[in-house]
Amino acid sequence: MKKNFFTGKLTFESLPDHWYTIGGTVFIILVGLIVAFILTKKKRWKWLWKKWLTSTDPKRIGTMYMIFAGLMFFRGMLDAGMIWLQQSLAADSQGYLSSDHFQQIFTSHGDIMVFFVTMGFFFGLMNWIIPLQIGARDLAFPFLNSLGLWLTVSGGVLLNLFFVIGGQFANTGWLAITPLSELEFNPGVRVDYLIWSLQLSGLGSLLAGINFLVTIIKKRAPGMTLMKMPLFVWTSLCAMVLIISAFPVLTATTLLLWLDRVLEMHFFTAGFGGNQMMYINLIWMWGHPEVYILVLPAFGMFSEIVATFSKNQISGYVSMVWAAIMITVLSYLVWLHHFFTMGAGANVNSFFGIVTMFIAIPSGVQVFNWILTMFKGRVQFQSPMYWFVGFLILFMFGGMAGVFMASPPADFQVHNSLFLVAHFHTMIVGVALFGIFAGTTYWFPKIMGFRLDEKLGKRAFWLWFVGYFVSFIPLYILGFMGATRRLDHYASSTHWQPLFIISTIGFVIIACGCFTQVMQLIISYKKRKEFSDQTGDPWDGRTLEWMTTSPPPFYNFAVIPNVSTREAFWEMKQKKLPPSKSYQEFELPKNTGMGIYISVFAFFAGFALVWHIPWLALLGALGALTCVIIRSFDKHTEYMLTAEEIERVESSRGQG
Amino acid sequence: MVSDSKVFGFWVYLMTDLIVFAVLFSAFIVLRNNTFGGPSGRELFSMPFVLTETLLLLTSTFTCSLGMLFVHRNQKRSAIFWFLVTFVCGLSFLGMELFEFSELVKGGDSWQRSAFLSSFFTLVGTHGFHISIGLIWMSVAMFRIYLCPLTSDVISKIFRMALFWHFLDIVWVFIFTVVYGMGHIL
Repeated sequence: MKKNFFTGKLTFESLPDHWYTIGGTVFIILVGLIVAFILTKKKRWKWLWKKWLTSTDPKRIGTMYMIFAGLMFFRGMLDAGMIWLQQSLAADSQGYLSSDHFQQIFTSHGDIMVFFVTMGFFFGLMNWIIPLQIGARDLAFPFLNSLGLWLTVSGGVLLNLFFVIGGQFANTGWLAITPLSELEFNPGVRVDYLIWSLQLSGLGSLLAGINFLVTIIKKRAPGMTLMKMPLFVWTSLCAMVLIISAFPVLTATTLLLWLDRVLEMHFFTAGFGGNQMMYINLIWMWGHPEVYILVLPAFGMFSEIVATFSKNQISGYVSMVWAAIMITVLSYLVWLHHFFTMGAGANVNSFFGIVTMFIAIPSGVQVFNWILTMFKGRVQFQSPMYWFVGFLILFMFGGMAGVFMASPPADFQVHNSLFLVAHFHTMIVGVALFGIFAGTTYWFPKIMGFRLDEKLGKRAFWLWFVGYFVSFIPLYILGFMGATRRLDHYASSTHWQPLFIISTIGFVIIACGCFTQVMQLIISYKKRKEFSDQTGDPWDGRTLEWMTTSPPPFYNFAVIPNVSTREAFWEMKQKKLPPSKSYQEFELPKNTGMGIYISVFAFFAGFALVWHIPWLALLGALGALTCVIIRSFDKHTEYMLTAEEIERVESSRGQG
Repeated sequence: MVSDSKVFGFWVYLMTDLIVFAVLFSAFIVLRNNTFGGPSGRELFSMPFVLTETLLLLTSTFTCSLGMLFVHRNQKRSAIFWFLVTFVCGLSFLGMELFEFSELVKGGDSWQRSAFLSSFFTLVGTHGFHISIGLIWMSVAMFRIYLCPLTSDVISKIFRMALFWHFLDIVWVFIFTVVYGMGHIL
């Protein structure tokens, strides 16, 4: 491809010319115009900028993470539907998508669901709940929090920008497997789009990871020792340790791939002494811990939920903590089970197979503790518990498929088959996504001040749960029948088509579940008076987040509580300890637009690196650097809230 | 208390950076014999040259500590003087590294020659990139000492810069050992 100094690889041919890129572009512009129109009409631009976009309040940042993740979820589900439709049509024919288009869809489906949806929702919930659960007013680094959000968003925008400019996304699978992703086989910019959107969002996740780790270590309320932290905080801490140690590997590995592509280096090339399997090893050294980054916070949420709705403290708290730590450690030692077929030999494969099986032990500890908590308690089946029980079933189901595949000889039979696809979807849907739904339902009254509609919530659960089985059980069977993953067409003599069609019906049921959830949000909002939560403690909760009002004031706690037991709020309720009213002044972070400015510059740098425009890349990098330096000279990043002001705010909220 | 968290957070960041280097080191170790008919490290590297680079960087670490010492004693002029010496050492190091790179490229042994050279240029170049960031940061720090009163907040900022500089020195010791030393002996 020829390069121009001013525009790099950009030409007029990069403008949209397929039905889906034109459609995507028109859709993006239309939605943008509608939003802009509404904001202008309601005169909300200033409100949006001052109250939301520049906010350093973790509660607002959390909400923005979740809105962003929700939008990306819509995008990822569209991809999923297109994949299913293609596969149920494409027996003895090409279906309705070309091979190349189909490959782009499953690639972007994977990247979006992992990086933006699952991680986005988790960061959103953590931003909301972790400061509240540890009795803090804020994260350790509020500005870094805002920067992390906006870097993640700019990564997401860059990923979707291919619709408008370029028209093609990577066709390499979500991990950009070499040598397919190398320059020789992928000369355009599509893989660069993948690389730089992951670099930006990966940097955002890394900053968030450091931030939460320091927050949990340094900002806990007085008296809350590590072994008195709620389990959601514990599992989040473990996930943050994983992020901190695994995400740099992703950054470095994708950087090496990019160097191969742009400077024609030879890390992973077929010739010149490059080593393709080194890429596979490196990317899974990040990729396997990433799996646990996605499920550990969900484990913690379920621990909170099961204790609250069983009216019982969590059974075996200490063993739960050690199980989470065990999972964290073991997750570093299993990456090779993703490619037993590499040919590393029996000894290496046995080691990784056995360590993989070991993970079943701490997972089992957690499952038994959850069941015991219910067994010893009085269970109230509200909708978060529905998701929890659904999760338990799917987790054991998918977990057993995982232990089965941990055995190398068995894995050789199902490697890269739909059996594997079904297994990891069981885990990600059943654990991470069900966790997100359960956690969102559970904490929704805290976040918004009103409960979600229970009837619709339960209906959504049943649609998801049934839809899950209808869509993924056929995939397990297809895997055993020999159907490999990422098939864009197949011969009808395989008799796979009926199963693919059943699987697609399952997707339709799941989509109805999503639709029910959207309806649930709308209807609950309309009936918000009826569902409103005046007490701040709608579920009779046990941990500190239920101590404040719903929604909490911008400073979370007027007086930081003293903690003496694991279930601090439960104890306060039992002993009928009234919250202290001796207000003292404290500092809060000011809002700042710097996070957005830096991310915009970083976005332009990323865009320039995708399209090989050196001057723009330099400009973006320099701009970001200048912003960082300006920010470092800003002495007035915090403001003081005096005791009188706190008292005034508290009494205006009926708490005085 | 606040700067305490910031220093702790910065340590965590340094560890993540260390993992980036760990990946580059392992890539180098995996690929160092894949010369694809091209020259090996033994043929390319000159030990006296690299030893000079190393001594420059080690000296800069020492002078950086002296600068930090005077920051703690609130002696602005001496602090700026020693950071300036550090800056000059760092800049000379960077100059030598760029000279080494340009000589290699001139001799036809660029990063495109073999996987070994790709990994060499990336590992050493990433360190050099960090050094450049460190130099920019150091000049900002000198301005900060000149402009701002040395409150605990400002000292914490300068301290983090110094930590970064020492960190780069430690990484270089490993580069010296693994890339140049092992290349010379093995």
